[in-house]
Amino acid sequence: MGEPAVRLQNLRKSFGALVVTDDLSLDVMPCELHAIIGPNGAGKTTLINQISGLIAPDSGTIQFDGRDITGLPVHVRAALGLARSFQVSSILPGFSVLENVALAVQSRAGSSYRVLGRATAEPGLNDPALAALADVGLAERAHMLAGELAHGEKRALELAIALAMQPKVLLLDEPMAGTGREETARLVGLLRRLKGRFSVVLVEHDMTAVFALADRVSVLLYGRILASGTPAAVRADPRVVAAYLGDEME
Amino acid sequence: MRTSLAASLPRPRGALPAGTLPAGIFLVLALLPIVALFTGGSYLVSLGSRVMIFAIAAVALDLLVGYGALISFGHAAFVGLGAYAVGILSAYGITDALVSLPVALAVSAAYAFLTGVVCLRTKGVYFIMITLAFGQMAFFTASSLAPFGGDDGLTIAARNTVAGFALLRNERAFYYVVLFCLLGTYLFCRALVASRFGRVVRGAKENPVRVATIGFDVYRFQLATYVIAGGLAGLAGFLLANATEFVSPAYMSWQRSGELIVMVLLGGLGSLDGAIIGAAAYLLTEEWLSGVTEHWKVIFGPVLVLIVLFARGGLLGLASALVRRLGRG
Amino acid sequence: MPSSLLVVQILNGLQLGVLLFLIAAGLTLVFGVMDFINLAHGVQYMLGAYLAVAFYSLTSSFLAALVLALAATLVFGLLLEFAIFRHLYDRDHLDHVIATFGIILFLNHGVKLVWGAAPLSLPMPELFSGSVKLADGLLYPVWRLVVIACGLLVAVLLYVLVAHTRIGMLVRAGANNAAMVSALGVNIRRLFMIVFGFGAMLAGFAGIMIAPILSVEPGMGDTVLILAFVVIVIGGIGSIRGAFLAALLIGLVDTLGRSFSVDILRLVMGPSPARTVGPAIASMLIYLLMAVVLYIRPSGLFPAKGR
Repeated sequence: MGEPAVRLQNLRKSFGALVVTDDLSLDVMPCELHAIIGPNGAGKTTLINQISGLIAPDSGTIQFDGRDITGLPVHVRAALGLARSFQVSSILPGFSVLENVALAVQSRAGSSYRVLGRATAEPGLNDPALAALADVGLAERAHMLAGELAHGEKRALELAIALAMQPKVLLLDEPMAGTGREETARLVGLLRRLKGRFSVVLVEHDMTAVFALADRVSVLLYGRILASGTPAAVRADPRVVAAYLGDEME
Repeated sequence: MRTSLAASLPRPRGALPAGTLPAGIFLVLALLPIVALFTGGSYLVSLGSRVMIFAIAAVALDLLVGYGALISFGHAAFVGLGAYAVGILSAYGITDALVSLPVALAVSAAYAFLTGVVCLRTKGVYFIMITLAFGQMAFFTASSLAPFGGDDGLTIAARNTVAGFALLRNERAFYYVVLFCLLGTYLFCRALVASRFGRVVRGAKENPVRVATIGFDVYRFQLATYVIAGGLAGLAGFLLANATEFVSPAYMSWQRSGELIVMVLLGGLGSLDGAIIGAAAYLLTEEWLSGVTEHWKVIFGPVLVLIVLFARGGLLGLASALVRRLGRG
Repeated sequence: MPSSLLVVQILNGLQLGVLLFLIAAGLTLVFGVMDFINLAHGVQYMLGAYLAVAFYSLTSSFLAALVLALAATLVFGLLLEFAIFRHLYDRDHLDHVIATFGIILFLNHGVKLVWGAAPLSLPMPELFSGSVKLADGLLYPVWRLVVIACGLLVAVLLYVLVAHTRIGMLVRAGANNAAMVSALGVNIRRLFMIVFGFGAMLAGFAGIMIAPILSVEPGMGDTVLILAFVVIVIGGIGSIRGAFLAALLIGLVDTLGRSFSVDILRLVMGPSPARTVGPAIASMLIYLLMAVVLYIRPSGLFPAKGR
């Protein structure tokens, strides 16, 4: 299909004696929803942190859209089109829900050095922000303080912020962690609607969601990719079943 | 969860519309010299000028402390640099504000840029300490400038002329010039905070990692804010030198920087009106109490402690709590 | 002779370093364990000196004054912790800064009220009041050597306490992650109180030991406080080892810088500019050092919380 949207080559990361990412190579194709699964401690969040730039790998390269981003700081990667959500909700609690998303819209829109003009009154920022909020079902909460949202709503806000960035690649770190059944179903529906618009890297434990959404699945174990392929292929892979899926699927 | 005196969102002040308080403040300030005509003497007018000059510095500091969560303990240095620009130029015979003012602004903004580049690489208490260090460096440099008075300071022959006119030498005219500068500073900072730029800086205070992952270079935005705050403090310094016709290293001492932080806090962090009120409250209390006893700081110290312990949100917080309670009763 | 001047200044630098360590140790622990910025630490040092003077005028014995003043400083420190500071641990750093700034104002002017603004002095014990001959033509005051020795002794004591006792382990753990220590069931309140009290006592001890050499006056804690903060920032917050190394470094750099700045600058510029620029650079030297260190290592040399 051409150039991968994200290409990881021989990534290595250790914290002291603990090897968290062990010679990991992975391709994420454009517009595919690529799920990464694996037991806790497999190094999934560290991997996401390395791709988004919060942690620097010890060795190896990360390519985004054909360009080497391994040394680039977080904000440059984000500006290039790499958005992420956090496993533990990382929002701006003192801002309104709308303003959280408007900030993300603003990063795309540019002119952030504008020192005059009320940002909160700009329809150019607010309208796309409201649209993103409507997508995740938070439109009525737009003017609430983000810090006062319920847990599941904060996860949805995380997603809205990432979407408002109009990313080329969206890194989702356990978006359904701690959400109830209804909320999970809504998020799955949303992701299904977004499929094909851009690449999504989905780290998740919720197997039903993963197998319903993913175009391809990679299994991460002890910092290495154990298996990678279509959901059906991975599900049937005996190594994967033995190491991870055995109890999960029943 | 960490709590603090600062309210990050301005609290609704009872039923009063948003612009009432600042309008009230500036109205009082505008009318002051007229009131002074009846009480006689220019003492009130020059006190008012002094309050407003420090208010400018406090508003600038509030940009950093209240909105950016950057606790700068070296802010007085920028005030002092602006003042020394006036003093040194004056000593060389350059006495027109059209030269002195831009130089004062440029010097303090430049120092803010150079020191900000280093300081903003740190956070938390390291940031506080390094801003303190740079403040001290300015202080010691000024103290060692023997040709310009060193420790004792430098007297300025007369206030700056403005395009040749001795405008500033009239106490009342000077007052209104300062008021104009304060108004301009206030409106500019207000606009800055509400702008796209201000949103990024406020966001970085809430969650800098998040703001970076949204695509903003937080460091650059903070540096820009730091330079702006430094330049505005330089404006205050320019006015201060003209007001007192004297410059001294004491203008840059860390105690002065501490007092500026107290002023910002007294009014209520993160609300520019509060910075003005805080400066007024601090200086007026100082004037009043030092008339009562030379040991007024023995009383003021514990008052500060009590404020920290019990009066969250500073004076504005107290006022709004009062308004809320009156509304309920 | 220039080399004996060098030796004297090195010893002076060590003495300043040791003094700074005594103050910085308490400061870095309080900051490291309780995340509390204690600007009032400098006035605790000052209070130690004043109390020593007061008790000496009552007892005419340096030793009695030392013991009583130490006890009084400890009590005062515990009082501050109990009445005020323990309510502020959960708050912003800004609140710490303002509250302790208020304490500085109160005590700086309080001592002026009680003892007057004129500098006071404390006579040193007879036994140590002479000078000792270190080499030909090199006399050095005994008391300064005593101060250095005491400081090094305290450093060793602290090392043993922190590295080899249970309470020391709790302190180290607390500096690394206080919430975890509390969750493990340790009485964190008592730990904090002990840390604070001990730190206050160390600062007071420094004040008492230095009183015979410096003049005891209001505001004497302010410069020292800033130096101590520079020490802990360079050394890394929460680290006693960092505080020790940084304190000695700063003591030496500051003392040697002040003595020899003019001479060193004369190598590169004329005597007159050297004499103007020299003292200015000398007073800025440690701040330049701190700026350089923070530029390379934004969390200091040995931060306790591995960043």
